[in-house]
Amino acid sequence: MQQFWTTLLGGLTLGAVYAAFALALCLIWRSTRVVNFAQAPMAMVTTYVGLEVIDSTGSYWLGFVVALAAGLVLGAVVERGLVRFVEGKSDLNVVILTLGLFVVLHSLAAIVFGQDYKSFPAPFSLQGLHVGGHNLAITGFGVFTLIAVAVVFVLLVALFRFTDLGLKMRASAFSPEVARLLGVRVGKMLTLGWALAAVVGSLAGLLVAGGSLVFPQFMDSVVVYGFVAAVLGGLDSPAGSVVGGLVLGLALSFVSGYAASDLVPITALGILVLVLLVRPGGLFSHVAERRV
Amino acid sequence: MTAVKRVWGIPLVRHLVIGVVALVVVLFVLSSLSPFRNAQMATMAYLAIAAGGLTVLTGLSGQLSLGHGAFLAVGAYTTAYLLKDPDPPLPLVVIMLVSVAVALVVGGVVGVAAARLKGPYVAGATLALAVAVPALVRYLHGFGQEQGLHVIVPDVPRWFTDIVWQITGVDVDPVSYVAYLGWIALIVTFILLANLMRSRTGRTWRALRDNDVAAEIAGITLGRSRVLAFVMSTAAAGLAGSLMALSVRVAAPSGFPVDLSLTLLSAVVLGGLGSLTGALLGSALLTFLPQAVTNWGSSAGLSDVQSAELAPVVYGLIMMAVILLAPAGVVGSLRHAWQRRRGLA
Repeated sequence: MQQFWTTLLGGLTLGAVYAAFALALCLIWRSTRVVNFAQAPMAMVTTYVGLEVIDSTGSYWLGFVVALAAGLVLGAVVERGLVRFVEGKSDLNVVILTLGLFVVLHSLAAIVFGQDYKSFPAPFSLQGLHVGGHNLAITGFGVFTLIAVAVVFVLLVALFRFTDLGLKMRASAFSPEVARLLGVRVGKMLTLGWALAAVVGSLAGLLVAGGSLVFPQFMDSVVVYGFVAAVLGGLDSPAGSVVGGLVLGLALSFVSGYAASDLVPITALGILVLVLLVRPGGLFSHVAERRV
Repeated sequence: MTAVKRVWGIPLVRHLVIGVVALVVVLFVLSSLSPFRNAQMATMAYLAIAAGGLTVLTGLSGQLSLGHGAFLAVGAYTTAYLLKDPDPPLPLVVIMLVSVAVALVVGGVVGVAAARLKGPYVAGATLALAVAVPALVRYLHGFGQEQGLHVIVPDVPRWFTDIVWQITGVDVDPVSYVAYLGWIALIVTFILLANLMRSRTGRTWRALRDNDVAAEIAGITLGRSRVLAFVMSTAAAGLAGSLMALSVRVAAPSGFPVDLSLTLLSAVVLGGLGSLTGALLGSALLTFLPQAVTNWGSSAGLSDVQSAELAPVVYGLIMMAVILLAPAGVVGSLRHAWQRRRGLA
């Protein structure tokens, strides 16, 4: 029974991290119809920036804020400086551009920050919580992870559903030309979409890193599973990203807890293929008409 | 003169003539190189075969695969499994063909699933595949787990040495044997792919890449064409994997990271999407650039670890620069420039 709860709660925390990553991908997809493969290395770089700040000032929260701010800037710079120039061209071009950025950031980080493993502090306890004499299998940092992802999700839904800005962002992605005619500054909306997504991505980076080790490849598993989670939920839907992330986190946690950790990737592939064969647009996809 | 021109205009004849000339040139080049350079040439050959297959898939039919490393793994493990004993059950050429067949079957299954999906969804599924295959191999028994399978390259056949000696006057050592095999396989594959690209099938692929709805209205069965393109590219990847196992002499899970799949994609992009010459150029860059850049890095005062990371930075930057400045790739841009000059002259 103890193992069941450990696996369940571990899966939820893991799923929350995938969900955060998938939310970042979903945000960029909603605002620019691009899958950002450089999401993970960007988050890796901002996490390193955060770590540098924490090491020099000793304050976790200062590093946390600086990392998120660095994400904001990096996202905006990448959109304005690179992605803008392939906007409207073939989808493949953007994908290859972000893959190129993936390779560059990965190796640059190894050159600048070094290949060594560095430990990243956590703001909360990494011991299991005690409630009423029982030892719960979730850590303080795990609770923080779940809450942080829930807050981000609610904020994003509120942004897109209830604010003027969110409406403009959706309009820019849906039909840039009509939005421009109606007075929306489409370019600014795209930059903002990327910047916000990079902030969410940085958060995912900080959550993966907290209480663990940081090295240039530390986000690599999240690249694959975060992406699978986003695709699973249907790239278009924030709720889908969260559900996809949690489903995947739980499934993978149970497989590695009760079967073998080497079966985790094939399980992820199996779930993805099963879902996509039934619903080619992901769990939460809307039926979209195709434009001829 | 016009008769020669007419015969030259037949793609099959043209490709065969170019292939034979290339074969002779390659024989002379390989026989004059050191074993180290021959090993590099073998690497270039298998990268180019895989990149050629990916060119058909991505450049021609417009499907993006981030998981072709998985099919290289399938080919490599098939070859390694059949060559783990000193006394192989089948001739080497048959073993290579079996590797192609296995990769083809696996590719068919994945291709049928992928053909239902669009853009990012295909990318996601193939990316998951690239991670899943090495992990599965690690889990299954009989594939040597983490250490992988050792490959015992069969002795160079007598007749092969004789033929090469007759033409070039040089003996074939085991390292250059793999390079010869690789380049012969490369030339055969490229002749086949070049013909396929010029055929009705190739035109079908281009049509569905450029506008799938129009292609469907014109009577093309989208699913079948997509699966065919996928299967062709995985067959090429299987052959490449087989040669990779022969030249690395081991098939292990760590040989097939996600980076391998991305590297292949960058080879296709560097040279120019949709051109086999481009795939060849891209794989040459990937083979020879790292060493040059690493040397340059160490002489500029970086540590060994740092200079080893310099090569990916350079080809990542080239990849981005190509997409931003010359989306048609190096070969495509030269072709445009050439056509423009001829148009003006």
